[in-house]
Amino acid sequence: MKPLEDYLIIDFSQFLSGPSASLKLADMGARVIKIEKPGTGDICRHLYTSNVIMNGESSVFHAINRNKESFAADIKSETDKAQIWELVKQADVVMHNFRPGVMERLGFDYQNVKKINPSVIYGEISGYGDTGPWKDKPGQDLLLQSLTGLTWLSGNAGGPVPMGLSIIDMLAGNHLAQGILACLLRKTISGEGALVQVSMLESAVDFQFEAITTYYYDGKLPERSARNNAHAYLGAPYGIYQTANGYMALAMGSIPQLGNLLGCDALLTYTDIGEAFHKRDEIKAILADHLLTQTTSHWLDILLKADIWCAEVLNWAELMEQDGFKVLDMVQEVEMSDGYKYRTTRSPITIDGEIFKSHKGSPKLGEDNAAIAQQLINGQHGKQ
Amino acid sequence: MKPLEGLLVLEFAQFMAAPTAGLRLADLGARVIKIERPVKGEAGRQIAIRNIFVNGDSLVFHTINRNKESYAADLKDPADLERVKKLIAQADVVTHNFRPGVMEKIGLDYKAVKAINTRIIYGVVTGYGSKGPWALRPGQDLLIQSLSGLAYLSGTSNNGPVPFGLATADMICGAHFVQGILAALIKRAKTNKSVLVEVSLLESVLDLQFEFLTTYLNDGGKLPQRSAVEGNGHPYLSAPYGIYKTADNYLSLAMGDLQKIGEAVGCDLSAYADKTSWFDKRDEIMLLLSDQIKNKTTAQWLTQLEAEGIWCAEILTYAEALQHEGYLAQGIKQEVTLPDGSSLSTTRCPIRINGEQLYSDIAAPRPGAQTEAINQQYHLI
Repeated sequence: MKPLEDYLIIDFSQFLSGPSASLKLADMGARVIKIEKPGTGDICRHLYTSNVIMNGESSVFHAINRNKESFAADIKSETDKAQIWELVKQADVVMHNFRPGVMERLGFDYQNVKKINPSVIYGEISGYGDTGPWKDKPGQDLLLQSLTGLTWLSGNAGGPVPMGLSIIDMLAGNHLAQGILACLLRKTISGEGALVQVSMLESAVDFQFEAITTYYYDGKLPERSARNNAHAYLGAPYGIYQTANGYMALAMGSIPQLGNLLGCDALLTYTDIGEAFHKRDEIKAILADHLLTQTTSHWLDILLKADIWCAEVLNWAELMEQDGFKVLDMVQEVEMSDGYKYRTTRSPITIDGEIFKSHKGSPKLGEDNAAIAQQLINGQHGKQ
Repeated sequence: MKPLEGLLVLEFAQFMAAPTAGLRLADLGARVIKIERPVKGEAGRQIAIRNIFVNGDSLVFHTINRNKESYAADLKDPADLERVKKLIAQADVVTHNFRPGVMEKIGLDYKAVKAINTRIIYGVVTGYGSKGPWALRPGQDLLIQSLSGLAYLSGTSNNGPVPFGLATADMICGAHFVQGILAALIKRAKTNKSVLVEVSLLESVLDLQFEFLTTYLNDGGKLPQRSAVEGNGHPYLSAPYGIYKTADNYLSLAMGDLQKIGEAVGCDLSAYADKTSWFDKRDEIMLLLSDQIKNKTTAQWLTQLEAEGIWCAEILTYAEALQHEGYLAQGIKQEVTLPDGSSLSTTRCPIRINGEQLYSDIAAPRPGAQTEAINQQYHLI
């Protein structure tokens, strides 16, 4: 039994943040119905990345929206609206990621939904909260990275370097899923409903809670090392280094100990622990020159035996050949209603030893309208 | 009332991933007790960033472990272990992040704990799962980033691997752990039986890359191609996505209609009418835009571009961001009160319930600070 079986989620959200949350819930057993605009649907369907189109739609849409159903309905048409209300009435969870004020205009805001479904868990993601001067700004990942200081943590000292994936969307989606699950637990026990709100801004800040707490403490901005930076607040050797045939990561180890193990005498003089941080640029430079002289496996053999935390740096092709990857059984094949098959990753959560795979690919726009109308709408009208 | 009030969580975990999950559960209302070895406490107390310690523990430890209690127990001492077992019998959730085999040796593996408490949620965080050749490797954030391909997404194609400059694997895994534990509690509410929850840093970082991996698994196995242009924001997105230098600072430009953006910036991009060229020729497009953007200040660009509805932002440092009205309006900063009476500023839980921000002024505990009280309350002695 999957933990969320029997729960119905009506999901108005688009793009990545909200839909990534409902994917997590779907994989744990919930039935997720996407409410999409007829004709166009979730805008993400045609938000292509690297010009890849799979079965007419973007690869990212297929990644985010597998294991869900699609109900195409025009939220501005009275007939369609009545149908959506039937779904919302029966929902355990209703969620969206419109900008503040939009759901109020459309009529499906929490106050209205609660009137007909008092125990509903209503989840929403905004960009910047619903107050303050940023509330109407677009809640877009790169802008959030830019406005929250995140771009000063990666890469070497110099200009801002964004993190190269939509990290804030992903975090906000995870935080929404957490809030929804916490309230769904309470609802299961006591029947109590709740409003759950997250913002990309608060999620971005939470991600940086260590660095921001440090800033509040010492008032000093993050300082990335001049080279081989992996963390602005950590000393040498923390970083990635080039070797004779690739790259390797070194996470810890006292500098003289590394000097001994690696046969690098220049490191033996850094005996004061504080120097690992204050002199990290010069230590990293010595280390970088030295590690270039041998292969990755040569160094890893020596260091892993001594229980030094280190690893090879892999790309996906290399990773997927490793037994350590294969044993995870992380890739699954899914199939769309028209028979189109594609490969993707599965849920990262294992419960009672069961990994959650689902064969169901992403839905074509509105492909479940008839079934949903029959199961959840028409029958309900009859009962009234 | 917070949604998880009444739940008792015992955290045998250390460092970051699992303790961040404990923090989230605590902020959502659970009572979280760290089970720590006497005197020294968990190893994370000594892991500092920028060498900062506060009241004897690292500032990082304070950040991750506020709003929790501490119970001191030497799990190798039979009397202590007996008390801990009595506590487990009354708990809802147990979490740990020991390497495979450690809890078995202590006698607190899932099977043993289930025998003590048939309704326990038993949560485990590992680095790489419990099987396979990597199971015993150290589950450390940078190593996971390096093994998972994450290091090839940021920076430029001239850079070599560029890791995310934060404990990203820990944070995302902790976030998944919370979801697994909560889903397990929901399952228990229906079955009244114990549930085992497992997450790993590696699976979590693969999930973080799920959009890209899905593309990679279906585009014939093309590895991510970072742009050669500095400031590029994303290996799979088209121009103009990235950060540009202005006359006085920087400006980020997100996705949008390139022709419209070109016109607004004063840059002739008519040669790029075909949308596929926005990705295929993103480097030359970004350089053309850079040439214009460097001529005006960030403030000038923001006024001009925002009026056109173009998605853009200034690049703020902590000094600027944390003073900004947009940040202050959310009430994110909170103070916790340290044992010596002084206070420490940190950030709050990012989730609001029923319109309420969740605050707590309880600081991280000293090792064993609540041992006596817990002994009494749960009748452990």
